Amino acid sequence: MAATIIKNGYVFDPLNGIDGEVKDIFIRDGKVVASLSGAEARDATIIDATGKTVMPGGVDSHSHVAGAKVNAGRLMRPEDHYKSVRAKTDITHSGSGYTVPSVYKQGYDYAAMGYTTVFEAAMPPLEARHTHEEMRSTPILDMGAYMVFGNNWFIMRYLKDGDVEKAAAYVAWMMRTHKAYGIKCVNPAGVENWGWAKNVHGLDDHNIHFDITPREVIRGLAEVNELLGLPMSLHLHTNNLGHPGNWEITRDSLQITSGMDPKNKTEVEWAETKENARRKQCVYLAHAQFSSFGGTSWRDFGSGVKGLVDYVNGADHVVIDNGAVPFGPATAMTGDGPAIHDLYMLSGQKWANCDIELECGSGVISLMYLKGSPISAVQWAMGLELLLLVKDPWKTIMTTDHPNGGVFTQYPQVITWLMSKKARDDTAKECHKWAYDRSSLGGVDRELSLYEIAILTRANSARTIGMSYRKGHLGVGADGDVTVYDLDPTKLNVNDPAALMQKFARPDYTVKDGQVVARQGQIVAVPKGRRYYCRPYLDDALEKEMLVDVKNWFKYYTLGFSNYPVPEKYLTNPVPIQVNKPLEAVVRR
Amino acid sequence: MAEIVLVPKGKIGINIEAEVIRPDLMAGKPKAEIEGMKVWQGPVELPLKEFFDIDVRGAATAEETTIIIDGDVSRVKHIGHGMKAGKIEIRGSAGMHVGAESAGGVIVVEKDAGAWAGMEMKGGLLQIKGNAGDHVGSAYRGSWRGMTGGQIMIEGNARSQLGAGLAGGQIVVSGNVENFCGMRQGGGLIVVKGDAIRGVGAEMAGGNIAVYGTIRQFAPGFVENGREENPKVGDFPLEGMFVKYTGDYAISKNPKGLLYSREV
Repeated sequence: MAATIIKNGYVFDPLNGIDGEVKDIFIRDGKVVASLSGAEARDATIIDATGKTVMPGGVDSHSHVAGAKVNAGRLMRPEDHYKSVRAKTDITHSGSGYTVPSVYKQGYDYAAMGYTTVFEAAMPPLEARHTHEEMRSTPILDMGAYMVFGNNWFIMRYLKDGDVEKAAAYVAWMMRTHKAYGIKCVNPAGVENWGWAKNVHGLDDHNIHFDITPREVIRGLAEVNELLGLPMSLHLHTNNLGHPGNWEITRDSLQITSGMDPKNKTEVEWAETKENARRKQCVYLAHAQFSSFGGTSWRDFGSGVKGLVDYVNGADHVVIDNGAVPFGPATAMTGDGPAIHDLYMLSGQKWANCDIELECGSGVISLMYLKGSPISAVQWAMGLELLLLVKDPWKTIMTTDHPNGGVFTQYPQVITWLMSKKARDDTAKECHKWAYDRSSLGGVDRELSLYEIAILTRANSARTIGMSYRKGHLGVGADGDVTVYDLDPTKLNVNDPAALMQKFARPDYTVKDGQVVARQGQIVAVPKGRRYYCRPYLDDALEKEMLVDVKNWFKYYTLGFSNYPVPEKYLTNPVPIQVNKPLEAVVRR
Repeated sequence: MAEIVLVPKGKIGINIEAEVIRPDLMAGKPKAEIEGMKVWQGPVELPLKEFFDIDVRGAATAEETTIIIDGDVSRVKHIGHGMKAGKIEIRGSAGMHVGAESAGGVIVVEKDAGAWAGMEMKGGLLQIKGNAGDHVGSAYRGSWRGMTGGQIMIEGNARSQLGAGLAGGQIVVSGNVENFCGMRQGGGLIVVKGDAIRGVGAEMAGGNIAVYGTIRQFAPGFVENGREENPKVGDFPLEGMFVKYTGDYAISKNPKGLLYSREV
């Protein structure tokens, strides 16, 4: 009966409406409880948080930390590894890598920074086994992975036929087969064309052979998502990513799901929250910064954030994560092969590209974002504009799209910019003048509060992906994941950016399931995390019908059908989430 | 002036990683502190005194401090790695990475140096009186940006990939080099007074290379661009009649690399 008390801290728990109230947090057997018995309290581990900031453990809803493309990034970048090393200790492994750290280092670095839950945002079905193997070796963190469907042959075929139920049956079977958590859609209909050295550039462009448009894929997958009732909404990486002027296609893509009804049909026990912990969105826009470019070419390039934000402010079915660019080296890795080729044509850097059979594609390139580069400087400003101009923080999540815009260990730097106008102005002075000339950031006075930071880094990331039944808050029944920052909110000085950043980089305590895992940046315990995935169900007869199609086209795969599934033994502490249980399963119209 | 004398205690088994041997880290420190500086040997960290007898003569600033290594340290890696000032005299052979990423000061190696000598060097002088290994003044594996400043002088021969990714500074080799000298060079100067085997300047986009001897297999992407007698490359005078080539057209459409090859 292990118990932990986090005493006397200033608690920021937005899903419970707690804004800096001095409170004790009680944890028993890994879960938050209302109180402890006298005996339990006597034996409890006491963490004195007097004068400190207490938040739920960080939740990263969009990061690239496991799988084939991540490992390709490691393999092609030895120079990324030799200067960023971590020595082994009695309880931790050694590790290396700055933009693409080794799996162990990733786990330790996230935990040392106060994050306890991280989701891999793009798992191609054929690489699911590899992804789970890497997650299995990642210590401490609770994880899951979104599966890439936007250019999947079966999906494109069923949606072209207008058969959303059969597409849903396929998605349900695939998620159970490969232990996936959500649906990711990358450059819908475009990556398939990349197999023929082409792309699509408009929402109504028809792609080769499947003759389907991005609009049909986005609408279809969003319908599949809500038909099954998945915990998270469709996670969308839009078309024309990284092209000047793409903010308009991004806005139009978000419009497609307007008016849809979010349905979470999971069979889970919800921890207590004061606010509604169910997601409200039908589309979760990935790395919005890369999708809100203005201008028409690189000459008149500028921020297009204003136009996109105007739409988001008026819409209630959208959540975005920003994909900030905090400068320095990065490794772009995405299922959007053609976007990586475009980056190669611009930068001449080394790159890799991969076609993933009937499912998707992928590309990796090494990048450097320089303050002196006009384009990097605008991208930096855009990443911050997105979070500062969207009025309702419950529509935004802070990420760097690690390691595309920047590295997750730069989150403390991004938080500092969001909280301090002075920090932004100081950085802008070191940047190419386009940073403020071609964005509206210079005129933005907003400084986010600790409460809002807690929304952007925990509460809303958890709610958006449906993990708020246990993560992202400290209500009774929630996981005992807590971060204690050595930061006194009553003496907060946002005009000392360096000191502020240090506080977020090295929390005093990271607590996972009631156990202290990191203390002032040092890893002190290495528990094994959980692996979440969904088990959605649809009509049995329909599934049989669908599997006939799958087996028929399996002749185009390079592996046998029986070797396709990823058994649960690849997952540490698997947590299957039942969705749309058979009894209530949809019956075919 | 101050001198810190390190005498190797005997044969070193597993190579040690001694980036602490730097005048700017040791200057002005008492003997006990220098003896206690930690070096990695495989998976364990040990104090410097495990491997060296140390004598400290005087205390001065980094600029005024000379570290004398009196013996063979060919199994000691990273000597002077990242140093910014002062002098290191190695009265024997040095291991890998000597003077890598150094930004100032002087390192003199009386005998041979291992691979990666002066890797990604930014400034200062590295003088090797014997032979050098592979990757002298080059970029680390995977990187395309090597030495950016300073000077490396090798009195003997060097092996392959000398000055790979060179972006600035100067490397002068009195003897021969092997393969891919100046590969992916973007700036700076390489002078080879002896012969080269193949791939000189492969994929270069800028900077200068001069080879006095023969190049056994010339890279195909170079275009002849006139002859010059006693040309001056930057402030470096070359002696003799040279054929000048521009390249490497195999990679870049408009390369600025110049390769001078002396007429026999």
